[in-house]
Amino acid sequence: MNHQITARGVVKSYGNSPALRGVDFAAARGEVVAITGPSGSGKSTLLHCLAGIVRPDAGSVHLDGQRIDDTSEAHRSRLRRSRFGVLFQFGHLVPELTAAENVAMPLLLAGVRRREAVTAARNWLERFDVADLAGKRPGEVSGGQAQRVAAARALVTEPEVLFADEPTGALDTLASEQVMTQLTRVARSAATTVLLVTHDARTAAYADREVVVRDGTVQGPPPLAGTPGPGAPAALRSTP
Amino acid sequence: MSLGHVLLGLLVPGERHGYELKRHYDARFPAARPLASAQVYATLARLARDGFVQQQEPERVGGPDRTAYALTAEGRAELQRWLEEVEPPSPFVANPLAVKVTVAVLIAGGDAARDYLHRQRAAHLERMRVYTRTKTAPGAALTEVLAADYALEHLNADLHWIDTALARVAALTEEITP
Repeated sequence: MNHQITARGVVKSYGNSPALRGVDFAAARGEVVAITGPSGSGKSTLLHCLAGIVRPDAGSVHLDGQRIDDTSEAHRSRLRRSRFGVLFQFGHLVPELTAAENVAMPLLLAGVRRREAVTAARNWLERFDVADLAGKRPGEVSGGQAQRVAAARALVTEPEVLFADEPTGALDTLASEQVMTQLTRVARSAATTVLLVTHDARTAAYADREVVVRDGTVQGPPPLAGTPGPGAPAALRSTP
Repeated sequence: MSLGHVLLGLLVPGERHGYELKRHYDARFPAARPLASAQVYATLARLARDGFVQQQEPERVGGPDRTAYALTAEGRAELQRWLEEVEPPSPFVANPLAVKVTVAVLIAGGDAARDYLHRQRAAHLERMRVYTRTKTAPGAALTEVLAADYALEHLNADLHWIDTALARVAALTEEITP
């Protein structure tokens, strides 16, 4: 399989506390992968290493075969602006700006003209069914609506990889469902790879597959061996 | 769940033949096993005996005779009583997963139990992906969505248990192996 983003033997500690103890990971272009595990398992640290936010102490991270973890902070920052999108648990929208201005911001920072940026922002809000909120500020919308605006902002630059860290962690069941349904639908239609950290199996079930991190290591079959097929048991005793 | 009460509910909009009831049931509850016709007619006979439905005059429209059933006032009252009754939470949840973990520890030790739990977790999540695709498919009926929600929450509860069990395997091994 031709992997787009890979990690090999990634080790990361914070002080004397090891967060990752030699993790291998791989995702193909257009895949939606859930990275799950208990609190403190290292799943967010793995995501941050893959996104170039955190530099591993050892091991390597590659994007389309090019090593990215040993490049300068400025290079990784450019990479995050141009080829990556990032979505956090609390959206981190700018409270003084409207939804449309928030979504347009990454395009404006990339030098796109204001009128084009705002038009694109409105299109992306439309794709997340929140076009009617374009003129509202984050404080005037619900948590679920704000997170859909944040998802539109993360995708407005049409990134190759979207990194989402607990994107539904602060939402109730129905708001989570709306965010995940639209996020995965939009990402799949654009063939955007999504790496999704979550502690919630209901959110992980939107992904094509799951990678479980426990105590800083990946559980189960080695992810570099390829994507597991849909060969799971057809009948489970616990299902209706 | 009482099939009789569900059939009473399906008769609220108006009288229906046995086959129509079966068709409506299968369409409304796609996650349930399709009803056998014999089961429908046996249940209707019991409801008629108890005065909850009334059998109409048989009619023939280019085929065999068909008999429609109509909800009676007693049937409507029974339906109301059933709807107001809370389903008792099950006092004991059979957990074949727990039994398997215990046996795995006994015959092969803690690592075997952990392996089993990891594989079971993967199988549960695969099933959750199937239900998630079902409920997010464009045009999914709300009855399908509700059935998928129910299944997902139960599978999710099992997954919580699996995660807790993984954390307890070492202690369990110490307790039950000589």
